[in-house]
Amino acid sequence: MDIEAARETILTTLKKKSKSKSKFYLKDFYKMIPDEKPRAVKNVVNKMVQDELLEYWSSGSTTLIGLKGMGKQAHAEDED
Amino acid sequence: MAKHETPLLDQLESGPWPSFVSDLKQEAEARAKNERNIEYQIPVDAVDDLLGVLELSFKHGRTHWKHGGIVGVFGYGGGVIGRYCDQPDNFPGVAHFHTMRVNHPAGKYYTTEYLKQLCDLWDFRGSGITNMHGSTGDIIFLGTTTPQLEEIFYELTHNLNQDLGGSGSNLRTPSDCIGSSRCEWACFDTQAICHFMTKEFQDELHRPAFPYKFKFKFDGCPNCCVASIARADISFIGTWRDDIRIDQDAVQGYIAGDYPPNGGAHADGNWGAFDINKEVVNICPTGCMSMQDGKLEIDNKECTRCMHCINVMPRALRPGTDTGLSMLVGAKAPILDGAQMGSLLVPFVEVNPDNDYEAIIEVIEALWDWWMEEGKNRERLGELIKRQGFQKMLDMTGIKPMPQHVQEPRTNPYIFWKEDEVPGGFNADITEFRKHHLR
Repeated sequence: MDIEAARETILTTLKKKSKSKSKFYLKDFYKMIPDEKPRAVKNVVNKMVQDELLEYWSSGSTTLIGLKGMGKQAHAEDED
Repeated sequence: MAKHETPLLDQLESGPWPSFVSDLKQEAEARAKNERNIEYQIPVDAVDDLLGVLELSFKHGRTHWKHGGIVGVFGYGGGVIGRYCDQPDNFPGVAHFHTMRVNHPAGKYYTTEYLKQLCDLWDFRGSGITNMHGSTGDIIFLGTTTPQLEEIFYELTHNLNQDLGGSGSNLRTPSDCIGSSRCEWACFDTQAICHFMTKEFQDELHRPAFPYKFKFKFDGCPNCCVASIARADISFIGTWRDDIRIDQDAVQGYIAGDYPPNGGAHADGNWGAFDINKEVVNICPTGCMSMQDGKLEIDNKECTRCMHCINVMPRALRPGTDTGLSMLVGAKAPILDGAQMGSLLVPFVEVNPDNDYEAIIEVIEALWDWWMEEGKNRERLGELIKRQGFQKMLDMTGIKPMPQHVQEPRTNPYIFWKEDEVPGGFNADITEFRKHHLR
């Protein structure tokens, strides 16, 4: 897998959808890189969180992932 | 003098049992007095405000906590759960009140010194309120603010030799019974495998990897003290392949009343003399026990490892010596679909630390590959098994169907032949067939 291309695809897709949706299930990322195995996509996504391009949101039971700083919560809770 | 009036909570203290309300009041008072001169890093009245917001929730009949958050420690996608109060002006002490899940030691063994260190850390940087332990098994630290998270994480990992646990769509903190450290029935070393799996699957434990939560639990014997069969996506339950060991002299000792049944656990009631037929033989669920010429006989091939006879007469009966574990899959609590108990997938597998539990890990990874590919968002493994079928799971794991997979023979068979498994396929010549088989 071309990791750079995969990261770019993820960022472009998330930015495109950012008006209607700010948080995504991990499974949504599998669809963005359909030729790769889920495990490989998961590793790319988690690395992007470490690189502070994406961020996790957790309810405690489920985790969602979005572009860092997107959505209402960071600002509403003074976490930005 | 309490900060908030709490008449509804006070009522909860009136029952005969210890009350968490009393505990919270005690902690609120201790924080206010601060006899140890702790430099509290979160508001000193956090516990007062916690009582206040809980009282308000009782009054309104709805929660005043918001749902989830983006907080965590760097590089981890689990272990911290953002919690915020939706009445921050009235209860500023709990405006930010995050939960931290800390990986408990295998078997939940602590020294008192270690527990003191944990409590000191949490008094200093958190609310002082803990939940020992959460339902997954973790040490739960309830209530701190965002700036404290990295500090606590540093202290835990560098000075207390401990890590955060799992939350969100991660592997959850594996948990186990005390195993062979204290229990003669343990069929494998639960602590060794629990510790190994925790280390082996660090990435899955700390970063989201799955459609939803995933739990491992290790029970050393079928008594299932950590209830893995009811709540773990994969339960590992100790079992044996050979015969239950019988000491016939000890059986006679129980019959004669020399030994109290159940290790004396029911000795406080007047249950009369021990009756081996009434209390053991006749209530064996598979009817595989009998008394013949005064000797206890067990038809071991019919035994389903219910443990009842062994529990009642521990001096006389012991698990066999050819031990390993059974893997059951799909148990869950009723969040989306109904609650499910685990279904038996692997009746017996060796527990071999020398090859890094190779045979067990092979099954785990095959199940994960299937679930990661096919599981819907927020669908547990048990729900996927229900939706796509047990047979599909067998295909995906490469495990052949076997009699132990069938709960009730001849009632609802779910193992079907596929066309390529049938000689000649499904397009048999009916005329040719009828030549030999009349209608």
